[in-house]
Amino acid sequence: MRINSRIGYTTICFLVVLTCSFAMSGCSHTDKASAAKQGTTHTIKNKGSDTMVNLAQAWAEMYTGVSSTALVEVSGGGSGTGVAALINGTVDIANCSRQIKPKELELATQKNSKIPQEFIVGYDALAVYVHQDTPINKITITQLAEIYGEDGTISKWSDLGISHNNCPSDEIIRISRQSNSGTYFYFREALLGKSSDFGLGSLDLHGSKDVVEVIGRTPCAIGYSGMGYATPHVKMLEVATAPGEPYYAPNLKNVLDKTYPIARPLYMYSLGEPMGEVKAYLDWILSAEGQKIVEKLGFVPLTGS
Amino acid sequence: MNILRKRRAANLPFSETVIELFIRLCGISCIIFVFGIFFFVFREGAGFLFNGLDLGQFLTSPEWYPTSLSNKRYGTFALILGTFSVTTLAMCIAVPFGLGAAIFVSEFCGPKLRETFKIIIELLAAIPSVVWGFIGLTLMNQLIIAVFNVPIGLTMLNGSIMLALMSVPIIVSIAEDALKAVPDSYREAAEALGATRWQVVYRVLLPAAKNGLLAAVLLGAARSIGETMAVLMATGHSVNIPSGPLSWIRTLTATIAAELGEVARGDEHYQVLFIIGILLFTITFVVNLIADLVIKGIRQE
Repeated sequence: MRINSRIGYTTICFLVVLTCSFAMSGCSHTDKASAAKQGTTHTIKNKGSDTMVNLAQAWAEMYTGVSSTALVEVSGGGSGTGVAALINGTVDIANCSRQIKPKELELATQKNSKIPQEFIVGYDALAVYVHQDTPINKITITQLAEIYGEDGTISKWSDLGISHNNCPSDEIIRISRQSNSGTYFYFREALLGKSSDFGLGSLDLHGSKDVVEVIGRTPCAIGYSGMGYATPHVKMLEVATAPGEPYYAPNLKNVLDKTYPIARPLYMYSLGEPMGEVKAYLDWILSAEGQKIVEKLGFVPLTGS
Repeated sequence: MNILRKRRAANLPFSETVIELFIRLCGISCIIFVFGIFFFVFREGAGFLFNGLDLGQFLTSPEWYPTSLSNKRYGTFALILGTFSVTTLAMCIAVPFGLGAAIFVSEFCGPKLRETFKIIIELLAAIPSVVWGFIGLTLMNQLIIAVFNVPIGLTMLNGSIMLALMSVPIIVSIAEDALKAVPDSYREAAEALGATRWQVVYRVLLPAAKNGLLAAVLLGAARSIGETMAVLMATGHSVNIPSGPLSWIRTLTATIAAELGEVARGDEHYQVLFIIGILLFTITFVVNLIADLVIKGIRQE
């Protein structure tokens, strides 16, 4: 191809730089791995929820500094994938952003003759975000359903009874997530149940962080994301389940006493009563040190700090 | 003829035969890969394509509800329109700039400036698309809000500008080569007849380099249609029938990129995403076919 001779030289330079950096990162990686390997006696396999995958990875990384006898292998794939692997007995711990279904529990018990044990390892609270200049502080689930739902009746800020000076078009810009993320699923179910859908035409962004980033730049926008992602440019709304009900702010206390309506527990499941290294790992996750990481990654730890 | 070739082959040193074989293998592998990819994409999507998918709804309905719990709908009309509109707008921006730059680099600027230009254009080609997407998400977003006074700048225009910036280097490189390939005798003859520099370009060079320039534009367009990350981040990724350059849209490629990571393998939704892949294949094939026919037509003239 004729472009190749043109772009070729630059490309080669880049490739060389890339290869070098890969080689270097590769070296340091193997160093660490071999160092860990010397004392390793057990590998803990951990798989499941994509919502939890960063959290699980952070735990696994920190744990290499805590225990010299265990190495944790983390992979994502979704809650369903994790439970399926648990049923097949190929993982030690399954991560799940929903509770295990009765049918799954039965299958796992049947196949492995061990009953899966449930551990709540943290909470994921979805906050409803608006731009910091939006003159609104509270919202109800009913209103949110009318904003996001397929046949929703609220499309303007004035429909919510506020006059939004920084949003001349008055249109509510709905920020959402790509339609198969766990966050999307959970938010849709919390608002509409299982029988109806979100309306089209929302901006479906690709990450929890992007949602908050875009809302921070868009006075007309409303959106949802994990409560740990808040920035100074956005505001979290207090949420009530229905008009007339009390409003609750998304904070640690309200999530822990289960008054904040859009929060869900994050689960880990082990096959049978955990033993040995697996037990040590789960105990560490539930300890103050492990829970600190939960908070650091934007989730809600089990006990308020 | 055949005997002659055989004799020549017999006289060649062994290494030449090996090299020839190797090069032939490279050529054939290219074809094998294309067919292999097509086969894989088709196999993953075929089950649902022939059994269960309403093709009419797939192509004409704007309702894209792949993860609905009560009523799954797979309509890609809005996505197809998104892909076409963003590509068309990108080409409207990129073609004048790209061809203009190619003409300038090849005909009007001095050798020193030319080298600088080439390096800068190569640099532009080396920027990864996710970086363009990030620029679209942050910088261009703010700029479009400020200039057009719209609530949000993640629009078709934003994506088009990013795509244009990505395809301009390709267009410039190929178009410049095409212009350079026009023999100098053409230029000399035109100048001898008293043509000005612009007349030389407009009346002699452009018609003479037509094929190469068309190839440049089409390769640029192909780059735009296939681009994923930048449009995913810059266009708003919203299922919408576009109503103008400032509406939010979603493209076919971005849909695959955003959703394939989190579907279960073999699921209906998974298969539909591969059917979108087949659709993209078909679109690219048709574009290339048209290009071929057009170029052939020009040749016959």
